[in-house]
Amino acid sequence: MAKYVVKRVIAALLSLLCLITIVFFLVRLMPGDPFTSVKLTKEVAANMKSYYGFDKPLLLQYATYLGNLFQGNFGYSMKYTNKTVNYIIGQTFPFSADLGIRALVLAISFGLVLGIIAARNRGKKLDFICVLIAIIGTSIPDFIMGAVLQYFFGIKWGLLPVAKYLGFEYTILPATALAFYTLTSVSRVMRASMLEVVQQDYIKTARSKGLTDFRITWKHQIRNAITPVMTIMGPTVAAVLTGTFVIESIFAIPGMGKYYVESINNNDYAMILGMTVFYGMFLVTCNLIVDILYGVADPRVRIGKR
Amino acid sequence: MGEYNKEKFVIKGKSISGMESIHRPSLSFWQDAWRRLRKNKAAFIGLCIIVLYALLAIFAPMLSRYGFSSMDTSAMHATPSAAHWLGCDATGRDQWVRVWMGARVSLTIGLFSAVINMCVGSVLGGLCGYYGGRLDMIMMRVIDILYGIPSLIITILVMIVLGKGVTCLIVAMCIVGWIGSCRFVRGEVYRLKEQDFVMAAKVLGIPDFIIIVRHIIPNIIGLLVTNLCMAIPGAIFQEAFLSYIGLGIAPPNCSWGILAKEGIQYLRIHPHEIIWPAFFICTTMLALNLLGDGLRDAVDPKLRGTE
Repeated sequence: MAKYVVKRVIAALLSLLCLITIVFFLVRLMPGDPFTSVKLTKEVAANMKSYYGFDKPLLLQYATYLGNLFQGNFGYSMKYTNKTVNYIIGQTFPFSADLGIRALVLAISFGLVLGIIAARNRGKKLDFICVLIAIIGTSIPDFIMGAVLQYFFGIKWGLLPVAKYLGFEYTILPATALAFYTLTSVSRVMRASMLEVVQQDYIKTARSKGLTDFRITWKHQIRNAITPVMTIMGPTVAAVLTGTFVIESIFAIPGMGKYYVESINNNDYAMILGMTVFYGMFLVTCNLIVDILYGVADPRVRIGKR
Repeated sequence: MGEYNKEKFVIKGKSISGMESIHRPSLSFWQDAWRRLRKNKAAFIGLCIIVLYALLAIFAPMLSRYGFSSMDTSAMHATPSAAHWLGCDATGRDQWVRVWMGARVSLTIGLFSAVINMCVGSVLGGLCGYYGGRLDMIMMRVIDILYGIPSLIITILVMIVLGKGVTCLIVAMCIVGWIGSCRFVRGEVYRLKEQDFVMAAKVLGIPDFIIIVRHIIPNIIGLLVTNLCMAIPGAIFQEAFLSYIGLGIAPPNCSWGILAKEGIQYLRIHPHEIIWPAFFICTTMLALNLLGDGLRDAVDPKLRGTE
């Protein structure tokens, strides 16, 4: 187990280093720079450049950046004067995290229930309905889902607030829009894995022991079927996270995704760099946790039978 | 009861040639898959929708009297009518033409990036899986590390560097997109390599190239086609997402993502501007997903209904 964990951690760290390097150099390749759009004289622009350290050799900049990152410093924003990337992340990340967690909880719980119902009623009408929901869900991009929900529940029927993020009723629409796509992929995987487990011998044994249907499903089938769902948790977290980019701008939520998109459009290097690296660290950590949990849940993974 | 002897029995219908004759026409793998696909109503409807949309994307802009970027200030935000079938957008551009111009871009990007990803992934994955050894070791380490990097973030950054445009989009999506298919093909080839018929071919001294072409490829091509069909909606999704956050196609060109983005701004007052692009995006996704599911069942009936 220890060997497996160490291996995963090293791979994750390498991924992270690779990501930081790629992001750093790609950001330097970007067309335009943050000082051209402002009305600046050449001297001032040069001053600004030296202030931010852009006149130093690239490799030195890279080393400095790595050093700063190591101390947990993501750098400055060039558009929002005197604000550090850390400050902006600190201001905005709680909103995104709140929204993301709500969406994840919604997606996983409903996805599992839907998958279980479908598998239990295989081939019947209920299964058909669940599969239909799943396939329709995968066909609707989240920004369209967000717009549709906003239009009907917020504008046409006036049931829920249209925008902002001030209380529980404000969270319902964005979290649903964000969760819907993920929900369907969870339910598909769960259904497939339930159907696979039901053919196993231990289910037959349980049945021949005379256990009730409910007990078989609850104690034997679901417990075994749930491990494959864990493998898609990494991509799921990533999907929810990228979903926040668009959902936050549709619902005017002051979260990190909205800032990220804004800084892309503003050519704010330091912000893009800082936020991207932050997102990267976050996702790599999530993947690492999922991998380790998967190793705990399924001993076959640990010994490398993959 | 009379006696039974040989004379009383007459051999009625035994003819060697009749027994050996084949009653049904023999079907190749693809004919069989096509037959199963046609029987699957949902998948067949999906196929029809896609063909219809592809034809409309090609011909609808040609046949319309409006240009996709020509503005008409008298028809700003016009609702659907006989003159403008799907209405007009904020600058009076005909939505019907714009939807199908957008379809051209979105479908092209979806198809091309999925095909390129699949080809690159298959070749690399196939080499790794078939030859194994040091190449495989190194590739797998590299892929493990690359796989840990969130692909969308890299795509976004590459888009910022390359600028807007169809080619840039395809390139950006392919830089990290091949990893998934590479892993998949490697696994499949690795599994097939151990099977007896490949072993038999090897023992017979057939060169590797022929084994790959005659034995390995025909065995995974069905799954590859299915995966390709499943990858296209993903690519269209990604394009729409990138265009939505302001990175995809440069105006006045349009794609479905841009139409959705422009439409959402007027959601409250002119809902028709978002409803129709959204409808076409969703039905295309639905059709491709249904077709993908149907293809998977058609090329591999064992998997039917498990997912």
